[in-house]
Amino acid sequence: MRVKVISRSTDEFTRERSQDLQRVFRNFDPSLRTQEKAVEYVRALNAAKLDKIFARPFIGAMDGHVDAVSCMAKNPSYLKGIFSGSMDGDIRLWDIASRRTVCQFPGHQGAVKGLTASTDGRVLVSCGADCTVRLWNVPIATLEESADPPGENSTEPVAVYVRQNAFRAVDHQWDGELFATGGAQVDVWNHNRSQPVKSFEWGTDSIISVKFNPGEPDILATSASDRSVTIYDLRMSSPVRKVIMMTRTNAIAWNPMEPMNFTAANEDCNCYSYDARKLDESKNVHQDHVSAVLDIDYSPTGREFVTGSYDRTVRIFPYNGGHSREIYHTKRMQRVFCVKFSCDASYIISGSDDTNLRLWKAKASEQLGVVLPREKRKHEYHEAVKNRYKHLPEVKRIVRYRHLPKLIYKAGIQRRIMIDAAKRKEERRKAHSARGTVVTKPLRTRRIIKEVE
Amino acid sequence: MLLPAEGKEEEMSEELEAKVKRYLRGEGANLEALQDKKLKTQLAIREDLYGKSAKAAAKAEKWLMPSEGGYLEAEGLEKTWRIKQESIAREVDILSARNQHDIILPDLGPYTLDFTSSGRYMAAAGRKGHLALVDMKNLGLIKEVQVRETVRDVVFLHNELFFAAAQKKYPYIYNRDGTELHCLKEHGAVRKLQFLKNHFLLASINKIGQLHYQDVTVGEMVANFRTNLGRSDAMRVNPFNGVVTLGHSSGTVTMWKPTSSAPLVKMLCHHGSISALAFHPNGHLMATSGKDRKIKLWDLRKFETLQTLPGHACSLDFSQKGLLACGNGSFVRVLGNFSDSQTYEKYMTHSIVKGYQINKVLFRPYEDVLGIGHSMGWSSILIPGSGEPNFDSWVANPFETSKQRREKEVKSLLDKLPPETIMLDPSKIGTYKPLTKKEKPTKQEREAKMEEVVAAVKDAPLKKKTKGRSKPSRRAKKKQESIAIAKRPFLEQQMKEDGALSRKKQKISEEVQLPASLQRFATKKKGT
Repeated sequence: MRVKVISRSTDEFTRERSQDLQRVFRNFDPSLRTQEKAVEYVRALNAAKLDKIFARPFIGAMDGHVDAVSCMAKNPSYLKGIFSGSMDGDIRLWDIASRRTVCQFPGHQGAVKGLTASTDGRVLVSCGADCTVRLWNVPIATLEESADPPGENSTEPVAVYVRQNAFRAVDHQWDGELFATGGAQVDVWNHNRSQPVKSFEWGTDSIISVKFNPGEPDILATSASDRSVTIYDLRMSSPVRKVIMMTRTNAIAWNPMEPMNFTAANEDCNCYSYDARKLDESKNVHQDHVSAVLDIDYSPTGREFVTGSYDRTVRIFPYNGGHSREIYHTKRMQRVFCVKFSCDASYIISGSDDTNLRLWKAKASEQLGVVLPREKRKHEYHEAVKNRYKHLPEVKRIVRYRHLPKLIYKAGIQRRIMIDAAKRKEERRKAHSARGTVVTKPLRTRRIIKEVE
Repeated sequence: MLLPAEGKEEEMSEELEAKVKRYLRGEGANLEALQDKKLKTQLAIREDLYGKSAKAAAKAEKWLMPSEGGYLEAEGLEKTWRIKQESIAREVDILSARNQHDIILPDLGPYTLDFTSSGRYMAAAGRKGHLALVDMKNLGLIKEVQVRETVRDVVFLHNELFFAAAQKKYPYIYNRDGTELHCLKEHGAVRKLQFLKNHFLLASINKIGQLHYQDVTVGEMVANFRTNLGRSDAMRVNPFNGVVTLGHSSGTVTMWKPTSSAPLVKMLCHHGSISALAFHPNGHLMATSGKDRKIKLWDLRKFETLQTLPGHACSLDFSQKGLLACGNGSFVRVLGNFSDSQTYEKYMTHSIVKGYQINKVLFRPYEDVLGIGHSMGWSSILIPGSGEPNFDSWVANPFETSKQRREKEVKSLLDKLPPETIMLDPSKIGTYKPLTKKEKPTKQEREAKMEEVVAAVKDAPLKKKTKGRSKPSRRAKKKQESIAIAKRPFLEQQMKEDGALSRKKQKISEEVQLPASLQRFATKKKGT
């Protein structure tokens, strides 16, 4: 007879000294764990509720401008700073951590319409409604300087270039020495020359926004008031192609991780993502705002972008999704003129009509500061289990809920009613006409009038 | 470098396949039926991840779970059921031999036992009022109390700190120190108690056939039903899905959940009254024994008898590895299914002292031990191969420290399941209900609904407006309008259906060819 019985000796299963860690033994057999799915569901519900409890996205406001904030710029080599320009010509450099002005750049006579920082972050280029382009030296933050009172020290511009027409936008190459301004036409400048190096013109309308491609230093996209989005190549002497839509595009942002795609923020409350190689159909239509979208910026991960709109809200959209995952609003925040995603993908800065810049968290319930590895694992587990069950009604209700200001809620309902009515009418027209005469255009091409080479 | 032989590789991969299947928890989803390409790719990535994690778990088994279970193999002409406990005791080590003992307490009545989920602590209750809490690791008595009343059943709550005893008039909850914490008057004179671990529910069946569910964390009575089936001698919780099963004196077995007052399942199992019930840990196998001298094994997926064994059993229990113990009189027999067959055959037997009547048999979790409560105390015998050799510290840890116990209590309270999650098939949680075709309401129902809506609208108060805008004529007109608006959807529906009817009629009678200009008003038949 051969016999063996389970016998566990205590020293194998407990720790030797009190300074050791406790011993842990694992058996992943599913038969030891009963009702796993129900337990996971309860955990998902609790995770969704905890998420909402800890969702405090607003960090603080940066107070200082006396007129509406019209444009902002990020410094690619300095994470903590952000430039902002206002409608009365005041340009400031802010320290985000202390939410104070580090340096002021006075000089513009009218509204500052565009701000951009050079590739190495040393030179700030600003353009304004007073027909000037000014270049400034950015003070480098050193340890000694931070000890000084964060004074309102101001600097003189390095160079001032005057032209005939007001400028509407400026953008610097991601990897080069040229910057482009938009106004009556697109001008490409070099830092040292007082005249633009190149000028492009197509049509007679003014250019509203200019953005260089992060991947190809010679490609830039502009939007004009003739409702078009044009793509230019600096190596050629003429613009490459143009897509004309039904409404004007207010701002453009290139996806830093997929540089052939860009997203255009339009007047008709939607954002359209395009592939720059194929402009006859948009890749995605991002719908959720109830008023014109004024500014757009991509996260450095390329997975989401933030938009600021005339309807006083800031929304965060996934790069491939049709609806926003998050909305930020405050009673005190009026029309949002500009938004920027911080370079570490954790914060959003919005500049609005009420002269404040506001700092928000990109993930509303994120724990800031140093996160211990155990905490991090717990957060990841909560995210994963919530995503597994977020399609079920109880969890979905909690995850999707966002408090909306009454006006936006009602405006959203009205838009829904209008869209449904138009759809119903279209369906009826189709049903009552011969087959093939009434063709519904897909949403992605509906707002495009034509593409021009 | 030595490579394993081809045949060995195949063997290993077959074993691995079998292990992987266990961790996969069912079949993968069928993604062919999906039309949404984005969703399809996302789900395909997830399915791939599941496969990878199952494979990783199967491969890690070799390192994480080194100990293999116990076994008993007979050599030559020997049969395993003839091997006595004394001969086993001679072959095993001293530590395991300690697990074989008899405790004789002659005056305090037949004993019933319960173990905690880690198998470390045991609560024993004698009919004459003796409650004892024993630490099985070092066989030390933690506390014993004499309650001077009949005690019919004892059960541990979520850990060894609390246990509930079904005394003469009401069940009581006691602390580890023997202090009485609660007297649960609502339950009445309880016969049998069971604790649902994941839901923190104490279920009880009393003498008049009432089933009570009480949440022990907040003390709320979640449900109480009248079973209306008379006396029930057997009560067991199915560990797989948390369903409480009762065995009645008419031979029927009913299954209950706290959210419905009618039983989920009612099956006639035996010709006589049911004396004992037991569930296999995988939830699909149920053993019942009745006064008709039969022990039946049921498949709970199809509700069919798999096997019928002859003999009485006043108590049944399944072990973690699937061995079935049947206690009858002073004789215990243990049955097991070996060699991948579905049938249970004799594995081991044991008879205690003649004259002692067995009250309860219970396997000890994570050990190869069977506890027997009988009329003169309790015994414990060795059954090799009955316990799970590898425990998981996060599920049940026999070597738990008090700090670990506290943490586990808090975590299990956070994961407490609501009573609505108890259902026959627990894998339904997280799935969508298939869309059932809504049955068309009959004409009467529709008219009744319309009347209801019109009545509601009529009763609705009209706002009093100023400046002559609330004249009686205006108010009457507004009322008429609102009634018409309320009626509109019903009438539209009616018209639609009438239209469909008339079109159908037209279709049947229209064998005649319509002129070309009217073609679009006739329904197009398939194929033309």
